[in-house]
Amino acid sequence: MIQFSDVTTWIHQLLSSCMAPWLVFLIELVVAAVAAVVALLVCVIIMVYMERKVAGHMQLRHGPNRVGWHGLCQLFADIIKLLLKESFTPTRADKLLFTVAPVLSLCVSLLALAPISWGPGLVLWNTNIGVLFVTAISSMGVIGILMAGWSSNNKYALLGAMRSGAQIVSYELSAGLSIVTIVALAGTLNTGGIIESQANGWWVLKGHLPAIFAFIIYIIASTAECNRAPFDLAEAESELTAGYHTEYSGMQFGIFYLNEYINMGVVAMIASTLFLGGWQPFYLPFDFPLAHAFNDIMALKFMETWPAWISWVSLAWPLVWFFGKLFLIIFFMMWFRWTFPRLRIDQLLKLEWKYLLPLSIVNLVIVALFIVLGLHF
Amino acid sequence: MENQTVTPSELKTEEFVVNIGPQHPATHGVLRVEVTLDGETVKDVLPHLGYIHRGIEKMTESLGYKQSIFLTSRMDYLSAHINNHLCALAIEKAAQIEVPARAKAIRIIMDELQRLTSHELWWGSCAMDIGAVTPFFLGFRDRERILELFEQNTGNRLTMSYIIPGGVMNDVRPDFVPKLKALLKSIKDYRKEYDQLITGNYIFQHRTQGIGVLSKEQAISLGCTGPTARASGLSCDIRKLYPYDGYEKLDFKEVIDYGCDNWARYVVRMEEMSQSIHIIEQLLDNLPTGDYRTKLKGVLKLPAGEYYQRVESARGELGVYIVSDGGAKPYRMKFRTPCYSNLGAVKPISVGMKIADLMANMATIDLVIPDMDR
Repeated sequence: MIQFSDVTTWIHQLLSSCMAPWLVFLIELVVAAVAAVVALLVCVIIMVYMERKVAGHMQLRHGPNRVGWHGLCQLFADIIKLLLKESFTPTRADKLLFTVAPVLSLCVSLLALAPISWGPGLVLWNTNIGVLFVTAISSMGVIGILMAGWSSNNKYALLGAMRSGAQIVSYELSAGLSIVTIVALAGTLNTGGIIESQANGWWVLKGHLPAIFAFIIYIIASTAECNRAPFDLAEAESELTAGYHTEYSGMQFGIFYLNEYINMGVVAMIASTLFLGGWQPFYLPFDFPLAHAFNDIMALKFMETWPAWISWVSLAWPLVWFFGKLFLIIFFMMWFRWTFPRLRIDQLLKLEWKYLLPLSIVNLVIVALFIVLGLHF
Repeated sequence: MENQTVTPSELKTEEFVVNIGPQHPATHGVLRVEVTLDGETVKDVLPHLGYIHRGIEKMTESLGYKQSIFLTSRMDYLSAHINNHLCALAIEKAAQIEVPARAKAIRIIMDELQRLTSHELWWGSCAMDIGAVTPFFLGFRDRERILELFEQNTGNRLTMSYIIPGGVMNDVRPDFVPKLKALLKSIKDYRKEYDQLITGNYIFQHRTQGIGVLSKEQAISLGCTGPTARASGLSCDIRKLYPYDGYEKLDFKEVIDYGCDNWARYVVRMEEMSQSIHIIEQLLDNLPTGDYRTKLKGVLKLPAGEYYQRVESARGELGVYIVSDGGAKPYRMKFRTPCYSNLGAVKPISVGMKIADLMANMATIDLVIPDMDR
């Protein structure tokens, strides 16, 4: 079977044969970064289209269906509109912070992409602190929102930013603890390592009840971290008009909008990496012939005997699983958004500090006990 | 040096004023509410009116009695039939016009359908103010079907001006009754979806229960009427207290809840929808035959004097006070609109609550801005 690492090694050798090592490094850096960002932007485009269609069908509408086939080009039309519009800065706004805020949020969200493993061997920065890095970086996203809210010189924006600050800082905790639960089970912080530890069953299936709890807590906490409904207090359309980005227009607003979806993508990637086996195909952790046969089919074992040129196809198989899980989690987040009413700020904080955080701590302790007693798979 | 301890009550933070409106998603119109906030907590609420004042009361003074009906459709645009009904009743009382039985029945059916449309829209917008967007579309879907029926029978969807002195403008279409029966059946089915999506929702219940408590005493002293007051345990249904056009012959319940909070107001409105369906069903099976209106003279003149008439609109007690000098035009026509009085309840129930609760309170009181500013 051909691996992604074979492809990257081949490219590396090709470049090294005709260039200086520093130039090879530079080219690889740029190409890899651009490839990752483009892949994510494609995901975002699909996500925005999906959100509008999902929302539409949940709300007895059709969603966009005029620009292009089934409204496929609607997003591009919207982006062109946003690009052509003036990015207006209010007179009394802090101009520097106001301009930097959206860019900062975008940079922070994109940084979180670095250690994510997209497929076997397909990882931008294969580091042993991968998950820790993502947790650290994603909690910095709040700075951009606070800057936007403060610099806008608008009371709605300020209220929204303050809410967002309280919310992200709180939910960071239980999200982090549920990540630690899986890290403890897998015994590594490396995203690739965590995914490989799930070759004999996803953690949500083989990690007993605590892994399921951790998964649910992570989904709730990460929805809150992304400021998505029912935790969209930072935007709270009916109270704060548009919350922290009230004063933004044109592409500056567009960046905040984009940012929301990138954040969603990142948390969905983390969730699928930790709990749903990342790019691992579905695996039944049972020991009887039918399950073995099923697992072999899922892992494309039958392709091993096929000619080498066909096994190129199998390269796409992990990606199919990775993106399938990604969009499944994102669909759930959209489902939440278009179903639930919004929480109030005190209810939001109560949910975190009184229920989710104690539950995650207890959960972590139970998992630690499991590991000490050797009860896990 | 002595240690100084600061208790939270001494720790004063700066209060600031936020203008909610005139253009704001939660005011559903052009109401401006000046809110003093201490962080997230509401300290003071000061509503400002006049952004949609059209001088309807003054305009009626230069129009005939029959013509002024058309202006009342524009007051509370969500209960146009009921506004028309009010005006027609007042004029009929003053001019002592007898209304045929068929017209009376049609009027009540239209009134109750109007109440259904109004409450359905309220249900959607109330849920939207609390943060759920999807119910808004469901509410509109069901309202749309009733509006289609209005369009077929009255020619208009929003400002019908269908109920006129002496009866109704024209007879209903021959297929009115079967269509309405099918409609009521589907409305009943849709009600299940409402309960699944919002009524049974844990977040919604926690956002409304115990929030925005309006005591019975406050409701009386502020002049609150309609579902807002009935949720505080005050019996104020005009259809029961001062029946008109045959409400006294119908079997329906005055929905009263003693919860006093947003949840009680929600429950009262939801139950009122069931009662409206029940009222219509009673009339449908034996809709009287005969004339749909009494022929009136071209120019209607009321005997000199003062007349008052009240009806139960979707939001509360709607009254009109007509002063006539015996001429063809009213000397003065003053409307007592429910939203204007109910607006007074926003401040006492919102002070000390969070800003999100203020929106929930305004949503459950069901404010329609053109009804306040005539």
